Amino acid sequence: MVHTQTDLPILDAQGIAKRFGAVTALNDASLTVAKGQVVALMGANGAGKSTLVKILTGALRPDGGHLKINGTDRSFSSPGAAREAGLVPVYQEPSLIRDLDVAQNLRLGDTPVEPFLHWVAALGITDLDLHEMAGDLPLATLRILDLARALASSPDVLLLDEMTAALPSDLVEKVLNVVREQADAGRSVIYISHRFTEIAQLCDRATVLRDGATVGDLPIEPGVEERVVELMLGAKLTPARIATHRAHATATGPARLGVRNLAAGSRLTDVSFELHGGEVLGVVALEGQGQDELFDVLGGFRRARGGTVTVDGAPVTFRHPADAIAAGHSLVPGNRADALLMSRSVRENIAIPRLARICNWGSISMRSEAETVTAAIERLQIDTRAQGEVRRLSGGNQQKVTIARWVASGVGTLLLFDPSRGIDVRTKRQIYQLVREMAEQGAAILFYTSELAEIPQACDRVAVIFNGKLVEIMDAADADEPRLMRAAYGLTSKVPA
Amino acid sequence: MTTTVSTGQRIGRFLRDNPLIPLILLLLVLVAILEIRQPGIVNERWVGNTIKFAIPLAMLAACQTLTMYTGGIDLSASVVATIVAFVMATQVPVIGVVPGILLAMVPAVLIGLLNGFGVGICGVHPLIMTLGTGLIGTGFLQVYQRTVIASGSVVPESLQWLGTGRTFGAPNALVLFIPFAIAILFIQNRTGFGRLLYALGSNEKAARLSGVRSWQVYLALYTLSGLIAGVTGLLYVGLIKAPSLSLVEPLMLPSVAAAVIGGTSIFGGRGSYSGTIIGALILTVLGTMLTLLQMPEGGRRILFGAIILALTAIYLRITDQD
Repeated sequence: MVHTQTDLPILDAQGIAKRFGAVTALNDASLTVAKGQVVALMGANGAGKSTLVKILTGALRPDGGHLKINGTDRSFSSPGAAREAGLVPVYQEPSLIRDLDVAQNLRLGDTPVEPFLHWVAALGITDLDLHEMAGDLPLATLRILDLARALASSPDVLLLDEMTAALPSDLVEKVLNVVREQADAGRSVIYISHRFTEIAQLCDRATVLRDGATVGDLPIEPGVEERVVELMLGAKLTPARIATHRAHATATGPARLGVRNLAAGSRLTDVSFELHGGEVLGVVALEGQGQDELFDVLGGFRRARGGTVTVDGAPVTFRHPADAIAAGHSLVPGNRADALLMSRSVRENIAIPRLARICNWGSISMRSEAETVTAAIERLQIDTRAQGEVRRLSGGNQQKVTIARWVASGVGTLLLFDPSRGIDVRTKRQIYQLVREMAEQGAAILFYTSELAEIPQACDRVAVIFNGKLVEIMDAADADEPRLMRAAYGLTSKVPA
Repeated sequence: MTTTVSTGQRIGRFLRDNPLIPLILLLLVLVAILEIRQPGIVNERWVGNTIKFAIPLAMLAACQTLTMYTGGIDLSASVVATIVAFVMATQVPVIGVVPGILLAMVPAVLIGLLNGFGVGICGVHPLIMTLGTGLIGTGFLQVYQRTVIASGSVVPESLQWLGTGRTFGAPNALVLFIPFAIAILFIQNRTGFGRLLYALGSNEKAARLSGVRSWQVYLALYTLSGLIAGVTGLLYVGLIKAPSLSLVEPLMLPSVAAAVIGGTSIFGGRGSYSGTIIGALILTVLGTMLTLLQMPEGGRRILFGAIILALTAIYLRITDQD
């Protein structure tokens, strides 16, 4: 293709390659971005998206390939160099330093304050106090601040990695609008996301990676989703529909988990529900409505302020996660980094609950451990090519490890907090499938998700929490997005009996 | 599209997967240098002596290695060892050998429990906690010394046999050390307790989430560390044969250095006692080399400190974990 001066791509990466030890992360990745375009970068977990992003932004050096910015060959030795060339990333993990306040963080990055505040307001955060410690801000706010900080430097190419993961829907809308405006103003955006609805709304083209190589570059048009998924997976998929709806929980006897008028922290004020074995109860809430506190209490991380929790009819108080585990509760927290022993092996990560109690401190039966761990790895299809430390695994595989741990040691009640945050379609489907299977085998599952589209796929019923209170419980079959949305915004007066 | 991996990266990766190899190479290089500078010095007798002196160091370094797995440290270890040695030597003439040894181990257990209580239950940083208990221990030892000034001290024959004796050229201390090292390696690799040490150092929150009550692990760990330090004190006084109030003090910094040179991360979650053993041998050989240089004591210390820092920096670099 012959470019004229005006449609010379602002960023043109060809044949990028990168190896880590025995693992080839990228072997032939290419990405072209024209001025004023929003390009979606897509791929399953482990396809090499993160590595490509790190190379484009100077955090890693490629082993091969070419990178052209505005037609000239460039190679960035550091993130600073990439920034100077106009390439500014917003990564998945918040980048503000937790122990500094927002103003200090801005000074540290030489961010101009006026434009920053302009963007913060444009992105829908109205009550920001510049002297608040970054570590005290909720995750959603931190993500918005990262984006505002990037926008304040007027980047030529903005690189957004799962920007909308963990954002409540109202903020997602604002973010999409701002990004679209950027493109209309002639700036370019590389947009990494697993959410097709956003990509359809926002992007001009999609570049698809698989196994470290670019396998497709398509214009976004109706029906492109199926094509992208095919490219990502390398095979045609049967339409998404996990095991269809099942007879309602065998609701005889006391519930596995009963929660009555539970209150905790400053945000959770009044939540009641029952969860039976064999049932998956979805939880839907906007950011910070008390769902974190609910999961913390049920997982033994935090004491309740009021109300009762019963397990099989008997009231319980958890003083330590070990108490919760003894009662059959297994918590998979929202943040993978909280759950994983990053410097240890997959095996040790999966086996640790088996060793926690003093009576298991003695000699480990290596064979039985290996059998259990292997079974769990196979059941979750964890890719363990990157042997050794868990931190070398891709995000999706790390998430699988956090779940495999409990699969290996047996689950009574599984508390899943946003397990599909920032992981690819295939892994998501595997996780839903697993959730259904575990429920069929008798586990009770409480499943918080920030993606409403997941609800009908995995859940039997859905509880909606707004402002610390449970405002509605409905059958998942009735839980279409508009209805969930209204409830999550508190636009319903219906209170469960 | 071919990808190129530089030789440097290849070597780095190999060393990362086999961290013992550069250590053993370094040890051999040091021995070779010694032999070149002073031909004939490396003989059976010298090897035996080196091992004899490396063993107490390696044992004290076990306290540092195990606590470092959790991201901690035990700076009271040398004080505990000194107390046990001193109390034993002064009590043996009064109450006999076995009761004297058993009585001497009591303060070791107490200080260990106190460390574990402070770190595991009160949440005091291990550095501060063990520095504090070490100071308290030293104070108690000085008070104790005044009360026993008249009784004199005796280092039992059995401990001298263990500390200094040889059988067929091999130091008798190996009778204690070989089972000890096997036990430590077994604990770290094959027991739930050992796994939990690494787990706490890797991510304490994740460990708690998996049901680990961390205070139990810390309490057991620091008590074990106190016990090991105590046994080291008994062995070391058998080697030196003269108890004093600062008997084991000279091994304090080297015990930390041996663990760090051996590849154990002070931030926790990584390391192995096998590295520590090689680290202790390296430091002992280094000590011999510096003695042979016939430098004044001050100069020797400067050089020793500088070499430890350089070794640690180089080692961390070539086995770079990132």
